[in-house]
Amino acid sequence: MEDDVIQQIKSDMETHKILIYMKGTPDAPQCGFSAATVQLVSSLGVPFETRDVIACPELREQVPEVTQWPTFPQVIVNGKLVGGCDIVHEMHERGELEPLLKAAAAS
Amino acid sequence: MDPREIAELIRQSIADAEVEVDDFTGTGDHFEVRVVSSAFEGKTLLEQHRLVHQAVALALADGRIHALHIKTQSGRLKREETSGGGNFHVIQ
Repeated sequence: MEDDVIQQIKSDMETHKILIYMKGTPDAPQCGFSAATVQLVSSLGVPFETRDVIACPELREQVPEVTQWPTFPQVIVNGKLVGGCDIVHEMHERGELEPLLKAAAAS
Repeated sequence: MDPREIAELIRQSIADAEVEVDDFTGTGDHFEVRVVSSAFEGKTLLEQHRLVHQAVALALADGRIHALHIKTQSGRLKREETSGGGNFHVIQ
């Protein structure tokens, strides 16, 4: 069961160029950090997928094991963790986020 | 959780860390930490934040910390003695 969840996570991370594990959904985020992260990524006009770790407790438990990152949201680009809310905002301030996401979306 | 406890955990875990911690909701479980350390040099933001996560891993895992804003900077801090306001200057 646990292995199935981990396989699902790895497969999702490989399939979707930009994937956000968040609390809630883009329309109904359940946490300010998740809301701020989705809002930022949306504003850059790139397509992305989300998974709701509140609706899926097994994701909430296993995603941190896979990514070695304890908190949500988590922004995954091309199968790799980019960071949480603070990191993506700091990258955005430095002008690094948009090129990264656009390149991923175009790949 | 007392912000001073969090600062102490980070100082114990990260070499020469200068740490400031704010409880930004006043509820004792939402914190903002600012950490400056030479240990961050040459590391990505992700790696820098990981070091901070590791320092407070237990408190994150057991829910004593519900939310954590992290701001990291490599370098060393020198407390500005003359201004008297406890301002920090970063030495890069």
